[in-house]
Amino acid sequence: MSSMKVISPNGHLGFAPLKNGSFQIGVAAGPDIIAADSGSDDIGPGPLGADTCASPRAWQEHDLELMLLAARENNVPMIIGSAGDTGSNSRVDMYVQIIRDLASKHKLAPFRLGWFYSEVDPERVRASIRNGAPVTGLDARAELTEEELDATDRIVAMAGVHPYLKLLEEGCDVIIGGRSSDSAVFAAPALHRGYPEAQAYYLGKVLECASFCAEPYGAKETVLGEVTPDWVDVTAMAPEQRCTIASVAGHAMYERSNPFHEFVAGGMLDMTDCHYDQIAEKTTRVTGMKFVPAQEIRVKLEGSGKIGERFVGMAGIRDPYTIANVDAVIEWARQQTRERFGEHGWELHYNVFGRNGVMGDMEPLKDKPGHELCVVVQGVAPTVEMAEEVAMTGTRQLFYARLPDVKGTAGGVSFILDEVMQASPAYRWTLNHTMAVRDPLELFPTHSEIVTTGAAA
Amino acid sequence: MNTPTTLASLAKTIRSKNAGTDKITFDIIFRERETYDLVRRSGALTRETVCKVLNIDAARLTDFVEYDPGLAIKFTILRPRPSGSAGDGDIFGAQQYAPFLDLEVDLSAA
Repeated sequence: MSSMKVISPNGHLGFAPLKNGSFQIGVAAGPDIIAADSGSDDIGPGPLGADTCASPRAWQEHDLELMLLAARENNVPMIIGSAGDTGSNSRVDMYVQIIRDLASKHKLAPFRLGWFYSEVDPERVRASIRNGAPVTGLDARAELTEEELDATDRIVAMAGVHPYLKLLEEGCDVIIGGRSSDSAVFAAPALHRGYPEAQAYYLGKVLECASFCAEPYGAKETVLGEVTPDWVDVTAMAPEQRCTIASVAGHAMYERSNPFHEFVAGGMLDMTDCHYDQIAEKTTRVTGMKFVPAQEIRVKLEGSGKIGERFVGMAGIRDPYTIANVDAVIEWARQQTRERFGEHGWELHYNVFGRNGVMGDMEPLKDKPGHELCVVVQGVAPTVEMAEEVAMTGTRQLFYARLPDVKGTAGGVSFILDEVMQASPAYRWTLNHTMAVRDPLELFPTHSEIVTTGAAA
Repeated sequence: MNTPTTLASLAKTIRSKNAGTDKITFDIIFRERETYDLVRRSGALTRETVCKVLNIDAARLTDFVEYDPGLAIKFTILRPRPSGSAGDGDIFGAQQYAPFLDLEVDLSAA
């Protein structure tokens, strides 16, 4: 069995543009597959809840255009997962349309375009709860309750390789996926061509963040993975980067709580006995990976629920006495908001930068604030009007706080803007759970079409 | 050698990042096996010292791993609230590592 080569140009397509220099070096290396995942839950719950992107459309189109042209010119499949940051249905439709538009723009010869959706009907999840199949919490979360489900605006399921395999078997040349495990877009084509699960999933694991598995640090550069039944080689394409034992082994721990085990729908990649060899200046070879199939297929669900509309205000503090008493100043502003709106039905959040705005209660130096502070105020409430007034009260009343011994009695804080600014609505992650499914394709309906642009085939 | 040194002067990488929506994971990565072993033996980085530096209950530290292939000490904590909730000062969890830069490591204890 010969090897299969895959290039990965971007660890989160669209979040920042891929670097075309190393991408073209990767294309010239003759890959069999060009693939990238476009999603992340790093961006917070807002985009999934509001059904928007975190990435500018121009950057998404930039990467999709370069990848599509390279894939069609070399007649190799292009696979994109987690369309538009969240992988919601509207983001899949948006990417599918971008591909159609790019095909027209460049008068590409006909090709088969496949896609699948990942959104989950809340009633499907409710049925699971009511039928005695608990929706299990990840990361110390409790089992999902119907109350929490009702507080959720949108749910996506995280696809494994299954819908990709189906679309590859149908002969798709370009695949746009809904929310997916990062590794699925790489593992699926390897499984499709008959490579073992351990090597296929390891290939996916090591390529998922593109050049994050290379050194020196430099994001958005292309890396090339080569899989055989026995090993996976990973090679940096950027002239200044190398894939070393340290960088490749190190990547296994990136963004994961456990560097040895990677769970996907259908099993677990075990990297405990992985062995790393530097076989060329820019290439590290990995052997010894294992795959443990799961007894039951459990699919990860991500859900986001709206808390309310949100406005943001800011205030500066320079008086050392006020800095020493900033909590009392904040409490004054909260109390004024309580007197106006009552105890419940609104939220005020204060980040005190210069003291512990970044780390909160974990900040070891929170008793040693700087000589000036910036207080960022967030007001959250059910309506835009109320959120604006909550944020305004929570910000402007800092100015009027009544500290007993303050010398400055003309105003307790500084403003760079005497206003509050509308921000994206506040959401929270309501689901980080898994649900059992009998059929791994159940939650991921697939579609495909021939894209014809009138160009000669 | 009996002068305490800092973790920043010994480690190649000290970083933090989200591990999903509910956790933040920390990686302390070394250049050479020798330094990695010395720091491990020094007792400067343990479950207990991590909880003390971050002022958290032991129950919030979910993982503490010595990862030999990566010459890394790696630990993971539960966030007080999921990432990106209003008031979260670090949606990516990317700036939580700073207190470990100045962590004192007494190599004479190693």
